[in-house]
Amino acid sequence: MSVDATLSFEEAMEKYDPVLGFEVHVELNTKTKMFSSAPNVFGDEPNTNVNEVDLGMPGVLPVVNKAAVESSIKIGLALNCKIAETCRFARKNYFYPDTPKNFQTSQYDEPIAYDGYLDIELEDGTVFRVEIERAHMEEDAGKLTHMGGASGRIQGADYSLVDYNRSGVPLVEIVTKPIEGAGSRAPELAKAYVAAVREIVKNLGVSDAKMERGNVRCDANVSLRPHGQERFGIRSETKNVNSLRAVEHAVRYEIQRHAAVLDSGQPIIQETRHWHEDTRSTTSGREKSDADDYRYFPEPDLVPVVASREWVEELRATLPEPPAERRKRLQADWGYSDLEFRDVVNAGVMDSIEETIAAGASADVARKWWMGEIVGRAKAADVDPAELGVTPQVIVELNKLIEDGKINNKMATQVLDGVLAGEGAPAEIVEKRGLAVVSDDGPLLEAIDAALAAQPDVAEKIRGGKLQAIGAIVGGVMKATRGQADAGRVRELILAKLGVEG
Amino acid sequence: MTELNSTELNSAGLIRLSAAQLAAKLAAREVTSVEVTQAYLDRIAAVDGQVNAFLHVNTEEALAVAAEVDAIRAAGGAAAEELHELAGVPIAVKDLIVTIGQPTTAGSRILEGWHSPYDATVIKKLRAAKMPILGKTNLDEFAMGSSTEHSAYGPTRNPWDLDRIPGGSGGGSAAAVAAFEAPLALGTDTGGSIRQPGAVTGTVGMKPTYGAVSRYGAIAMASSLDQIGPVSRTVLDSALLQEVIGGHDPFDSTSLTDPFDNLVAAARTGNVTGMKIGIIKELHGEGYQAGVENRFNESLELLKEAGAEIVEVSCPNFKYALGAYYLIMPSEVSSNLAKFDGVRFGMRVLPKDGPLTIERVMAATRAAGFGAEVKRRIILGTYALSAGYYDAYYGSAQKVRTLIQRDFDAAFAQADVLISPTAPTTAFKLGEKLDDPLAMYLNDVATIPANMAGIPGLSLPGGLADEDGLPVGIQLLAPAREDARLYRVGAVLESLLEEKWGGPLLAQAPALGSTSTTAGGSN
Repeated sequence: MSVDATLSFEEAMEKYDPVLGFEVHVELNTKTKMFSSAPNVFGDEPNTNVNEVDLGMPGVLPVVNKAAVESSIKIGLALNCKIAETCRFARKNYFYPDTPKNFQTSQYDEPIAYDGYLDIELEDGTVFRVEIERAHMEEDAGKLTHMGGASGRIQGADYSLVDYNRSGVPLVEIVTKPIEGAGSRAPELAKAYVAAVREIVKNLGVSDAKMERGNVRCDANVSLRPHGQERFGIRSETKNVNSLRAVEHAVRYEIQRHAAVLDSGQPIIQETRHWHEDTRSTTSGREKSDADDYRYFPEPDLVPVVASREWVEELRATLPEPPAERRKRLQADWGYSDLEFRDVVNAGVMDSIEETIAAGASADVARKWWMGEIVGRAKAADVDPAELGVTPQVIVELNKLIEDGKINNKMATQVLDGVLAGEGAPAEIVEKRGLAVVSDDGPLLEAIDAALAAQPDVAEKIRGGKLQAIGAIVGGVMKATRGQADAGRVRELILAKLGVEG
Repeated sequence: MTELNSTELNSAGLIRLSAAQLAAKLAAREVTSVEVTQAYLDRIAAVDGQVNAFLHVNTEEALAVAAEVDAIRAAGGAAAEELHELAGVPIAVKDLIVTIGQPTTAGSRILEGWHSPYDATVIKKLRAAKMPILGKTNLDEFAMGSSTEHSAYGPTRNPWDLDRIPGGSGGGSAAAVAAFEAPLALGTDTGGSIRQPGAVTGTVGMKPTYGAVSRYGAIAMASSLDQIGPVSRTVLDSALLQEVIGGHDPFDSTSLTDPFDNLVAAARTGNVTGMKIGIIKELHGEGYQAGVENRFNESLELLKEAGAEIVEVSCPNFKYALGAYYLIMPSEVSSNLAKFDGVRFGMRVLPKDGPLTIERVMAATRAAGFGAEVKRRIILGTYALSAGYYDAYYGSAQKVRTLIQRDFDAAFAQADVLISPTAPTTAFKLGEKLDDPLAMYLNDVATIPANMAGIPGLSLPGGLADEDGLPVGIQLLAPAREDARLYRVGAVLESLLEEKWGGPLLAQAPALGSTSTTAGGSN
């Protein structure tokens, strides 16, 4: 595998202006497939979720899944698209064994949604509008596994296995218009755009939106042109860039590679590129040329899809609040700083905090628990914070125990450990572990006497009005009571003992 | 039809009864379904060596279904009451329609030995009606042809003259019915494959309105044109069968929701008084055999005498129909037949030498598995859909299709039903047009417009041509969803003609010599 020359990103940006384009495929989470009644389930035994339609047996006919059309309309609306009143499917003809009919049923010149946009907020708050060309419905192909070869590619393989479980899974392909003017922020925009699409489809509930499972797959188009030139350069299309970080890296790499090619006076070849996560680079796939003639024509086995205006408006009314707007609203409601809020979002606990607040906690308490305790533990356990096992109710209960003076903050973290260890509800754990704050003043007074006797000089300073010195005595008491004392009460008792006004 | 007296209720008499007559005798328990089914299996064994109508004979299952019907009838009660009118009446099925338990070949080597894992919707309906399926009938490969000579399993022969073609693509179904090897059969009609074989074998063939019968399980040739329909010896029998197989199917989104439940009533109460019947100027005269024209004119006279008004209509765009058909049909064929690649089912051929890549295995399989006519149409269609040619070919052809629909709209504004000869000639000799595809294609000139417009068309026997004594077909056309109108007019014309002939036309067919007397058995 030859390594392509690259220019530094900075130098590439000095000389050239990048133009981007994305095709994002979203797998819908409908119960059944796009054109058959077979289950749409990920991860089952190969070739079990198939029927004669998915296998393209002789005589079969497709029937459009209405739920998939509904999901597609919702995606179109969330992308601010127009929804076609009627639209048709077409056949994309090509011979390849992952496509059982040797054609893919897809929309071609009549997408269900078209002419939309998505406002993408970059890290620093800059909003960049990405124009959406279209969102169209199609079916997924089966999954090929090439056996025996060194590369895992079909070239050089001894044989290939095909799993048609994925064949016919409903897809929506979202295609942007050429994205100009991103400049050096192109890689960041790429990542943010795909993240936004992923968030939207997840928020709509129409896709499981797991990139690692291929629920959301991105093809990234990159071209460069000299600054000031209007005409687009020749593009490359990097296929199946399947993580947000990879999208950013792939766009950055392709910009650097294009720049080096252009600098050397060579033309860019219009081609498909493959992304390699290990080397963070792309290699040439097959060349795109006029030889790829898919001989599209309208699918004669299907009648046009009709989306009545009433239906579209009904669906529009059910759309959830757009994620970007929701974030703005929540930040304002909670009174978090930009930095605090970004940390919350990046840690993936915004929904959990919202639920915790809804359960009765204050915004600050919710943030303190999720960001201060739970995120770290989740990271250590390598799970999503929301999946760690802490419910909003647990946090509310923990906080109430603190506010009521039953436990202190330090004990509360032990109670949390108890909850995660499955020991029961917080109150039970306090009981079982004997964690209650010592509230009987007797033992406290003994400990205070001992502490004052041990540090007579400090006691003298306090008597003299140097109240900040009290910490050393409080510390001594807490140590003696193994942290089970209420520090506030200890302070009061010390001051009373020494006859000093607090 | 003339009634047979009880002494004629032997095997030879039974097989000559119409499906409606058989149904009545079964209901009256004058005969059993096993007797009827066995009589047909015996006939198949006796004459199919000459006719070659069947690719597979389904002896065991047919007799089992027949016995089941007989048992239900014998037990009486509610179950017997609920039996379908055609329960126990056997039927043959064109081998383009998939069936569990029998091979389905589509007349092609590429599917030799293939068994479908599922039943076509029409097969499910036949099973629900408890009609014994006698077997699968021969056809031009993937229904591409007008003579059955393009079958990979040898041509079917016309029972009227074994040296002549039985029409196509459904020559097997038509010949089986004409040779009394089955009272009923299923066909498929993409450009005339039910009607033209009906015409040249002296049988009745109906192409219902597009969408009136589910296509699920009919191996697609050209999806926008294909339609399953009945083949029979009487107009009433076709109506009875269409009511069994028709109706909406959730597995075929192009199927109509109309019930089409008035067909049998229309066939039984035929009446043409005051109806306007339109002669299509472009579909007779020049290019039509004299004997065909004579029989056609004779039918017009009979209809006029029966009270119909004969008018002339013009469909000027029909002259483009054949050309447009031979762009749309092959385009769809090129895509529909892509799935036959040796990967998942059917034949697989490995290349003789060189590397064993998937492309080369697909190519070798398709090269060996498809016949010349299929390849010709795949190549034509692939070309017509290619970038740069699409608009000129497929696009223009679709426009012609719209023009043909408009011609029909205008014609039906002037006439209730249109009439023409079904085919320009009587049956030609085997081999006569095999090397001249264009001459073969011209045989469908009168039947193609109905497929292009999605309207129903019925062909019924119009008599024998004077010059060769072979059957001539009369085609009736009605607006979409007006299938009942065809049965109404068809039944009237049939009875007027049979009155003139003194019985069914098939009674005049020459007797087929017996080659064997053993029953049943797969061939």
